[in-house]
Amino acid sequence: MEGLEHFLETLGQSSISLWIAESTWAFPALEVVHIFAISMVFGTIAIIDLRLLGLASTKRSYSELARELLPWTWGAFFVSAACGSILILSRPAGYFENADFRLKFVCMGLAFVNMLVFQLITSKAVTKWDSATPPVAARVAGALSLLLWIGVVYFARMTGFTMVQGGA
Amino acid sequence: MTAFAQWLAGTSASMVVQKTLWLIPLMQTIHIICVALVFSSVVMIEFRVLGYTKSGTVADAARRFVPWIYACVVVMALTGAVLIVGEPERSLPSFEFQMKMLFLAVALAFTVWFSHSVRTHEEAWADKSSARTVHSTLAVLALAAWCAVVVWGRWIAYTVQH
Repeated sequence: MEGLEHFLETLGQSSISLWIAESTWAFPALEVVHIFAISMVFGTIAIIDLRLLGLASTKRSYSELARELLPWTWGAFFVSAACGSILILSRPAGYFENADFRLKFVCMGLAFVNMLVFQLITSKAVTKWDSATPPVAARVAGALSLLLWIGVVYFARMTGFTMVQGGA
Repeated sequence: MTAFAQWLAGTSASMVVQKTLWLIPLMQTIHIICVALVFSSVVMIEFRVLGYTKSGTVADAARRFVPWIYACVVVMALTGAVLIVGEPERSLPSFEFQMKMLFLAVALAFTVWFSHSVRTHEEAWADKSSARTVHSTLAVLALAAWCAVVVWGRWIAYTVQH
């Protein structure tokens, strides 16, 4: 762990880190792009989760919805990850130590596992329920996904309070 | 506005919000989730108008997503009101906050007009309609107005405190 801490401290002294930490507009500007991107990630995932739960878009088949939305979800995810990575560079060691920041990534990791289980196992039989109410396993996946992504947003927002840096 | 903000900051309602430590982050989380739902709904509608997505008609997209915009705007008004009561001097006198409200009014005006127009002139919003160029331009402007709401909203946190 000492090696990692040393690495994060060194990273925090890099020229890009110092620029983001010192510039008055770089941090908020990257944050705004990050917010647009996470809005699209959360919104498109929520549309699919609500379809899995049978609460919205019920007139559309699951596969049609997924085909139309998931490319936007992934595109937005990469934009938000890229901006997020640069934001972390402003204080890498500080973020790494922050409990809320860690919990954010725990939620994101669990959401990823939930997605993998759904994609690799549950959705294999999608033709049986594509235009009908999804089975229990698919509904559970939708509910877990929504809750975990709400968790990601909550702990991300808490990070802003507990980091005590820049705008809360 | 500054005087009003100072008065509001001294009320007991403001004290409750300030002293309840979990209230502001919780309100902000709900607010952000609604931002995500509104922004995604707006993008879904505008992408359908612009032809980036193809399923259903523009009127279908409006029927699916406009109710989410209205519902979330109401929730955002409520959570936003709690945040203002908690920290009135952070928002009300801020130029960034006032610009956010201005663009919110513009963006909502677009939404109200759009949902009315799509109901009364459904065929004019079809893909082969002669009004397509006008509608695409309006879609880009409406999206820009919503983007401005988000940008000014985030910049409130970076207002220089006087």
